Amino acid sequence: MNIELFFQYLVAGLTYGTIYAIVAIGFNIIYNTTGIINFAQGEFVMLGGMIAVTMNKFMPLPSAILAAVTLTMILGALIEIVFIRWLVKPSVLRMIIITIGLSIVIREGALHIWGESVRALPYFTGTEVSSIAIGGVFISPQVLWVIGVSSIAVVALNLFFNYTLPGRQMRACSANRDAARLCGISAKNMVTLSFVLSAGIGALAGCVVSPITYVQYDSGTGLAIKGFTVAILGGLGNSMAAVAAGMMLGILESFSIWVMPTAYKDVISIAILLLILFVRPSGLFGNKEAFSLKEF
Amino acid sequence: MALLEVKDLSRAFGGLQAVNKVSFSVKKDTIKALIGPNGAGKTTLFNLVSGMLPPDSGSIIFNGEPVHGFPPYRTASKGIARTFQHVKLFPRMTALENVMIGRHTHSKAEFIPCMLSLPWTWREEKQIRVKSLEIMGFLGISAFAGNEAASLAYGQQRIVELARALACEPALLLLDEPAAGLNMRETAEIARLITKIKEMGVTVLIVEHDMSLVMDISDEIIVLSYGEKIADDVPLAIQRNSEVIRIYLGEEDA
Amino acid sequence: MNFHKYLPIAALISAVIAIQLLTYFTGSAYMLTQLTMSAYYSLVIIGLCILMGYAGQISLGHAGFFAIGGYISAFLTTCNLLPYRSHSLVSLFSKAGLLNMSEDLYGGQALHFHPWAACVMAVLFTIIAAYCIGGPVLKLKGHYLAMATLGFGIIVYRIVLGTSFFGAADGLSDVPSFVIFPGLEVSGKSSVRIQNYYIASGLVIAGVIILLNLINSRIGRALRAIHGAEDAAGAMGVNTAKYKLHTFVLSAVFASIAGVLLTHYNGGIGPSEASVMKSVRYVAIVAIGGMANLWGALLMGFLLNFLSLRGYFGSFDDAVFGSILIIIMLFAPEGLLHKNSFRGIKKIFSHTTKEEGQA
Repeated sequence: MNIELFFQYLVAGLTYGTIYAIVAIGFNIIYNTTGIINFAQGEFVMLGGMIAVTMNKFMPLPSAILAAVTLTMILGALIEIVFIRWLVKPSVLRMIIITIGLSIVIREGALHIWGESVRALPYFTGTEVSSIAIGGVFISPQVLWVIGVSSIAVVALNLFFNYTLPGRQMRACSANRDAARLCGISAKNMVTLSFVLSAGIGALAGCVVSPITYVQYDSGTGLAIKGFTVAILGGLGNSMAAVAAGMMLGILESFSIWVMPTAYKDVISIAILLLILFVRPSGLFGNKEAFSLKEF
Repeated sequence: MALLEVKDLSRAFGGLQAVNKVSFSVKKDTIKALIGPNGAGKTTLFNLVSGMLPPDSGSIIFNGEPVHGFPPYRTASKGIARTFQHVKLFPRMTALENVMIGRHTHSKAEFIPCMLSLPWTWREEKQIRVKSLEIMGFLGISAFAGNEAASLAYGQQRIVELARALACEPALLLLDEPAAGLNMRETAEIARLITKIKEMGVTVLIVEHDMSLVMDISDEIIVLSYGEKIADDVPLAIQRNSEVIRIYLGEEDA
Repeated sequence: MNFHKYLPIAALISAVIAIQLLTYFTGSAYMLTQLTMSAYYSLVIIGLCILMGYAGQISLGHAGFFAIGGYISAFLTTCNLLPYRSHSLVSLFSKAGLLNMSEDLYGGQALHFHPWAACVMAVLFTIIAAYCIGGPVLKLKGHYLAMATLGFGIIVYRIVLGTSFFGAADGLSDVPSFVIFPGLEVSGKSSVRIQNYYIASGLVIAGVIILLNLINSRIGRALRAIHGAEDAAGAMGVNTAKYKLHTFVLSAVFASIAGVLLTHYNGGIGPSEASVMKSVRYVAIVAIGGMANLWGALLMGFLLNFLSLRGYFGSFDDAVFGSILIIIMLFAPEGLLHKNSFRGIKKIFSHTTKEEGQA
């Protein structure tokens, strides 16, 4: 293997890693405010891509993406309001099953709307064959888009959580729901907001990545599993660690095709997921002591 | 001879030393109480003895046998039963079924015999039921044997939990704040039952905040403060111990 | 021994016979095929019901165990060992009577494992796999357990999909019929349709009896205790880890046996049997049946699988199961057959709130 090929793999790994990290952050946003793992997270990503492709037929690309993200956010809010909001202290098992049911219904809905065909947005700049040479390595401009847009999204989210009132209120809710309520924060609205944000960031990821990975009605499930692996790897709820973990998984996967047939690529990341769950469920960067005190 | 011998037991949570080199012993057929201000490490000590938590260091000798680091089900099978500070019944099972779980260590039908419903498993099941009803009768709660545990009043739940622990026929019974949340009449009833249990030949180690209950029923008292043992003596001596008064009772006066 | 304990079993047996007679007299005997398949799926579901409803441990990977059983048995009964007959291992199998010779359509000879040997090996392998997976997985709770079992299911799916000797996307076909003993065989031939319906139903009845015995025993009580308050169960002397593991393995064995027999019945198995959607469907049916309700799970297992196999849900098959799952969990988390069903809907109208405990 020469050095150029090595960097090609590295860049591919980083690209996928970025997307995994974004999906993981989507998981974390909802988990932090509700303690729920939203098994339908991958479907938000799929919907973002699908809606944008359809919208792009009627409008230019930027507005199509904007529309896709907005629509997915509205759907996220609807899901929370219709299915989650009014449940009184639902058990974890019940929430798992409801979100799994939602993911199936969304997926099947997508199948009936868009069929089984594979779609993609056009490349944001340039075409499939255009590439930019950086230090002898040729990379597609879309890769830069993926990494760039995702980085901006992560930074924006961070600013939102640290410097805006609703962001701080959401953090307060995740730290102590009852105390936050006593301070006059509407915990229920914060949960809705978390679904909206999580749907939005998922949809955005779905849009930017669709020119490279394509999108199909069932592409959400695979992404959700990877995203969850990354979220666990970084320690559930810890979004900055998820970014690091996402890069790790992406790169690992990318290089795994040296030693394993491509058909088993998913097996690698799931095996990592199981391994982490077995030996260190608090995540690579998590605190074991604090984890053991967590309630489920 | 001491039934339970605890030596230099320690357990920390992160930087907090919850239990620090505590040693004590519980004599057979006595009631020993464990008191101390909130956060003194009483519940941690209980969890260590019952196996819910492994100790960092130290030893627990029960009936001449080391039991530290055992998982809870093994300490239970050795003859240590416990109740919980916040009643932990199996909410969807009847009171009787809850007590019948207590007979688990005294029965032995495993998966295959149960799946095949071998005749000896019926006999065992019948014995479990008879013995459980007997214990419920002894504690005066036969009347709601068939009620779902979650539907019982709090005081009744406490007694069902006590019955469940007694059904283990333990040599040592650990009671974690048995009177917490009970009114005066119910507390008096619990005190009467604990003395009765002692007369049955069960040694009792009890954590309790209700001082009059503790002084009434216990033969010996250990005082914990910030994870360390302050005193270990008979009730009268504890009441006069200046260190205890300063650390513990003094706070109540303030 | 009280008689009324066996009354429901007698009712079940009568129902099985009544359904067969009904199909006979209405001339719809072709439906027995789907009924037989539903019976095998019900076997998976009652096994999962013990694990989920009684022991309280979710598994989103039971299609994996079904597929392990089906695929191993299909592989062993179809792979031709003739070229390797001189190999010492093969001749050892042959001497042990595990192999049998068959002729294919063109008169060529092939040496396979006997279905009995294949079945035993498939179930043994499932047991080993379930112990290996269950050991670490069952230490997890809640979301972590759900994701870990889901992960296991996906790994099985990916492996059968990506492995050429498991037929990749096509799966394995031409699986021979399983002659249990002369005169009784598991196969899809229409001449033995009635026989097969009774084999499958008989197996389900046997499964129900075994599981009912278990539920009503000391073990069943311990499992419910683990579900109710795991640490308290431990403090009462219940070896919670062991019981959870054994239940996991037991339910895996049910799934595996169903996989073996259905594969022989259908004459083949494809990767879709290992898919996540199948696992979710099993969970859905247990949930609709009412979690800790073996009869509910059995009834719903028969009914919904039959409707699905007959194609009543059309292209909305998965969507129907997804929707049912949501509706049941929103409004009747105790299952359709429970007295508190639709408490949520009643609550909306009566505006009273009742807190639900954490599971």
